[in-house]
Amino acid sequence: MNGIGDSPPRPDGFAKVSGAARYVDDVTLPGMWHGATVRSPYPHARVRSVRFDPAAAPEGTVCVTAADLPGPNGVQLLDDGWPILADGHVLHVAEPVALVAAPTRLAARQALAAVQVEYEPLTPVLTLEEAASLPPLYELRLESGDVDAALAGAEHVIEGTWSTGHQEHIYIECQGMIATFEDGALTVLGSMQCPYYVHRALVHAFGLPEDKVRVRASVVGGGFGGKEDFPSAIAIHAALLARACGRPVKMVYDRHEDIVGTSKRHPAVIRHRTGVSADGRLLALDAEILMDGGAYKTLSPVVLSRALLHAFGPYRWPSVRLQGKVLRTHTAPNSAFRGFGAPQVQFAVERQMDLVGRALGLDPFEIRARNVVEPGDRLPTGQVLDETTSARLCLEEAERRTGFRARWRELEASREREGTKRGIGLSLYFHGAGFTGNGERKMKSPVTARLREDGRIEVLTAMTDMGQGCAAVFPQIARAAGGLGEDDVIFAEPDTGDVPDSGPTVASRTTMIVGSLIARTVAELRDQIAGEGLSVSEGWIVGPAGRVEPFRDAARRHFETAGPVEITHRHEPPEWQTFDESTYQGAAYPTYAWGADVVEVEVDPDTLAARPIAATAVCEVGRAIHPTLCKGQIEGGTLQALGWALLEEVKLQDGRYLNDRLATYIIPTVKDSPQIDVHLLERAWEGGPFGAKGVGALPMDGGAPAVAQAVENATGIPVAEIPATPEKLLRALS
Amino acid sequence: MKIPLSVNGRTSEIEGHPMERLLDVLREGLGLTGTKEGCGEGECGACTVLIDGEPTLSCLVPLFQCEGRRIETVEGIAAGPARDFLERFVATGGVQCGACTPGIVVTAWALLQRNPAPSREEAREALAGNLCRCTGYEGILRAICRETDQ
Ligand code: FES
Ligand code: FES
Repeated sequence: MNGIGDSPPRPDGFAKVSGAARYVDDVTLPGMWHGATVRSPYPHARVRSVRFDPAAAPEGTVCVTAADLPGPNGVQLLDDGWPILADGHVLHVAEPVALVAAPTRLAARQALAAVQVEYEPLTPVLTLEEAASLPPLYELRLESGDVDAALAGAEHVIEGTWSTGHQEHIYIECQGMIATFEDGALTVLGSMQCPYYVHRALVHAFGLPEDKVRVRASVVGGGFGGKEDFPSAIAIHAALLARACGRPVKMVYDRHEDIVGTSKRHPAVIRHRTGVSADGRLLALDAEILMDGGAYKTLSPVVLSRALLHAFGPYRWPSVRLQGKVLRTHTAPNSAFRGFGAPQVQFAVERQMDLVGRALGLDPFEIRARNVVEPGDRLPTGQVLDETTSARLCLEEAERRTGFRARWRELEASREREGTKRGIGLSLYFHGAGFTGNGERKMKSPVTARLREDGRIEVLTAMTDMGQGCAAVFPQIARAAGGLGEDDVIFAEPDTGDVPDSGPTVASRTTMIVGSLIARTVAELRDQIAGEGLSVSEGWIVGPAGRVEPFRDAARRHFETAGPVEITHRHEPPEWQTFDESTYQGAAYPTYAWGADVVEVEVDPDTLAARPIAATAVCEVGRAIHPTLCKGQIEGGTLQALGWALLEEVKLQDGRYLNDRLATYIIPTVKDSPQIDVHLLERAWEGGPFGAKGVGALPMDGGAPAVAQAVENATGIPVAEIPATPEKLLRALS
Repeated sequence: MKIPLSVNGRTSEIEGHPMERLLDVLREGLGLTGTKEGCGEGECGACTVLIDGEPTLSCLVPLFQCEGRRIETVEGIAAGPARDFLERFVATGGVQCGACTPGIVVTAWALLQRNPAPSREEAREALAGNLCRCTGYEGILRAICRETDQ
């Protein structure tokens, strides 16, 4: 009984349901002012001049432009090519040009009118087609086997083009930061996934020593990747204003500003050419992946990298050629969003599998079952798949639970007879857990366990709980690893002044990578405290004759003699996990999580509006530390994927947003949502804490292709593009 | 202008502009920051409070309309007999990031007062105006409909 696999109430739960949890906008500091941002109305323009007229602004208003920056005009991310404030040019609508701060939120908004910007509009590049003729922001290739020969020898060569749209994060808490400058030191509190990214960006922008910048995450009201990079920019903005007015400054975006001003999921167009044998075995995959990066590179190279490494889906391919490009358009930068490039390419490869199946007369289950990867198979990267490779298990379990094949055939037939309204779809998917390639090796992220005077162990990590539940899962891991009792271990707040840089809270790495380090550091500190020959169980020191004393008592004594002992371990990937970034060969991820979705839809025959009515997700994510939270990730991710596939559409005209409000950018309400049945196939993976793999991003991969196939099954209309809105379906029909 | 306002069973005189949003009065005037702003225009439900027992979007209600009405926020509900429900809400995975949660708790609590054992359909109907981006609504529905087969 170590508590792994239990679902205790999350420690932050009651504070959240009772309204006591403090999000950044709930915090007011003495003397605090409010900031606001002057934004470009043009997608592409030269900035001739920026003038601030204090007389036109509320009393005391301060204004900051690019000319006032104390250091380089770049938000440090992968590089610092993303400007803090536009200087000379704006490259997308809503790009920040100047900042103002005033005593109240309202005054700050009024002050925006006192900043006069003179623009000279230039021609924007707004579509991938236009962008394709310009130099890309980034490109990558992956090649293995002889694709040309395989295509030449294949019985069938099938071509398909698949497109996916923008997706806006719509975390319910908008972006927000509070910055304070005091005695040459900068403190920032805010909503973020990656405190040390923000820290690095502030150090870079202000030229301050590292110990003069302190970044603390408040309670985070949702992230989904959207609070990976923009918090760095917003923190710099708030800090610039705090420096200018000599007071704490809060910048909290309203929904409109958050939609127009921050990143989205990359739209993508993916062209596939598949060589296949007469009996339905895949022979060659030849694909081109184009992603719209928006105006600045931000995290696009890493997104493209993950896209390439998932573009082949969970299938065997004797030969593969992938060419990927991120193109530049005059739209807000697209960046991290749950799945990080993988949902787009898996939508494409899953749709391509359906197309191949149709061409060969094989149903969606059969074409997948004939080609699915098994343990010991090699991916196109050369990585040999481990024992927990569960694609076939997921596929078969999904079939067993839903009777997909029979239902799909029945609906195909009845559609031809009477025109159906119901359809069912199946998808199979996988997700590499942790950072791509050598990311973890470069980061060597540390976790510290420290003995406190009261005999408790304090664990220090930089991870933030944006809802996913590390606040619950980490203590479970620590207690189980240490044999500790309920109150023997506590977790430090993610504050760069206290905790080490255990990396960003992204890439489904938190439980798997950081969780492992927690287990190791806590166990080692426990051993030191318990001493030779004794073990610890359920908070008691245990000897050969049974319980000796409470662990806390021994720990307190140990503190008296040894002081605040600290144990730090850094993540070192195993030797075999190497990846060659020039050839894209090697183990891109330590392991993979697997899933199969079945979604049934109802389509209104008149309007062609599709509504999912039932969804089943069968996932293998190693062992679930906290099954309720683990399933919660899959439930929420599945619905986010269905929203992306059916409802969510960012409409741009001349680079401007036509739907920058929740009234017009539609995410699924409870009435748009099917019942979502999640089944975990638990298989312990030896590299993760108590067998856990990463889970957060996985469920984003399967919903869209499954629901697209379901719509096709219901209507007979080929779904090559999502969101599959009624307008798009009508267009495809005609 | 001074307006008497009854919030969570206590009446106080609020100094404010009659057109000020109830949401701001609660959050900034009274420090009741449990009520959240997710959109400011009536689309997300995060700002839901009870006015005379009815779930109402506090971002759309001007202060002057609240005179003489009974307002309850998530803090008030949590301090009352809702404890079991709130604990169930946490246990079933009804809360992840928590930004939607106060509005959903308030809406759901009002439903449970009228209908202590709602069906999923009834719960869906009641929650139609509350967006949640994290949970897929499953944990929320389990809590409201007392489904515990997790
Ligand atoms: S803030 Fe009131 S409905 Fe969104
Ligand atoms: S719990 Fe995050 S929006 Fe509902």
